[in-house]
Amino acid sequence: MSGPHPLAPRPVVVKSHTQETVDTVTLVLSPPNGERFPRFRPGQFNMLYLPGIGEAAISISGDTKETHQLVHTIRMAGKISNALAALLPGATVGVRGPYGRGWPVREAEGKDLLIVAGGLGLPPLRPVLYDVLDRRDRFGRVEIIYGARTPGDLVFYSALQEWRQRGDLRFQTTVDAAGREWYGDVGVVTTRVPDMRFDPKNSVAFLCGPEIMMKMTARALEARGLPKEAMWVSMERNMKCAIGLCGHCQFGPSFICKDGPVLRYKELEPLLWAKEV
Amino acid sequence: MRIIAPHASETRVLEHPFFEGMDPHLLRTLVPKAVEREYDVGDYVAQEGSPCDEFLLVFEGKLALEIGAADRPHLTVQTVGSGEVVGWSWFVAPNLWRFDVRAVKPTRVVALNAPTVRHALASHASLGYDFLARLLPVLAERLENTRVQLLDTYGR
Repeated sequence: MSGPHPLAPRPVVVKSHTQETVDTVTLVLSPPNGERFPRFRPGQFNMLYLPGIGEAAISISGDTKETHQLVHTIRMAGKISNALAALLPGATVGVRGPYGRGWPVREAEGKDLLIVAGGLGLPPLRPVLYDVLDRRDRFGRVEIIYGARTPGDLVFYSALQEWRQRGDLRFQTTVDAAGREWYGDVGVVTTRVPDMRFDPKNSVAFLCGPEIMMKMTARALEARGLPKEAMWVSMERNMKCAIGLCGHCQFGPSFICKDGPVLRYKELEPLLWAKEV
Repeated sequence: MRIIAPHASETRVLEHPFFEGMDPHLLRTLVPKAVEREYDVGDYVAQEGSPCDEFLLVFEGKLALEIGAADRPHLTVQTVGSGEVVGWSWFVAPNLWRFDVRAVKPTRVVALNAPTVRHALASHASLGYDFLARLLPVLAERLENTRVQLLDTYGR
């Protein structure tokens, strides 16, 4: 697709709609006329637009190699996301992007990679997993922790089963509460950190989820010897322009849309622990 | 449930991370009447309201701590696995389990006898302090985790 205006959405078509959980769907989008989408980096986002309703920043949750389609996983959390989540195959949606700074996957090469995701924090990290599993021999140990509210809130169910079966990574899931049908772990994600196997002198951690989850996980990893500069977090704030002009997503000295959403934890730490930022 | 060792040894108890580095001399006073047991998936280790007369060291497997009410399904609020411990109501009156404990994986525990432990802690001040210094961080972490769970950070 040729150089669009950075604020002009391009119409694309919904190819498929998958209900992940009661309030989360994954949409696969196709470009018009057999064109290709621009390549994105893991951790980047697009602005998805519905005329008369509005625009929302949604992380890209698909494989970076697949330029014939775009994948977005959307949680119903308000007027715009509810409307996006209701789109069915054949519907049109406006897309602009990709925007933002993504996960520094290259920095993790040759090292152990720790991925900790909470709730809807897994979709922005799934492109990292696709990338890493494509080039598995370039990374050391790969340890993943995924936490959710209940077993019914775990997204990408069939992918989770597949990742758990793999012998070349360790995948732990935990939920905040469960009924008797659940035989897995129950507890916050930090309860799984002591079980992670990694060399704290040669590891990188990617954390994504509610801020309190990321803060506590960072603290737990630091207690295991991982330095703060080896941790990266993905921040969320209300995005409007997505190109660093409007200031809606400002977080201290940074614009989340432009300087993030992925930021080094060491730089963010004082702000993350401040009560009102 | 099967009894693996009716008299668990000091060596075995010292293998558990909770007692890492403890003076074997002090540990010896905690071990009399300790029992090693194995549970199958679904077995109850303890039930809410029953006398809590053991301090459990989990060596293998996973236990679910469950709460329930007559009008709603049981809820698992925490799981505890290998290297962790379960139970402190043996120390807090009225010494009754405050939740159900059920094996969700084949599980092996060493159960320290609560009257033995209480007597040893009361008789040796240094043991009492050492034991408390090990137990309190566990309780503090569980309380903090519970508070975060209450925040429902993934909630809608």
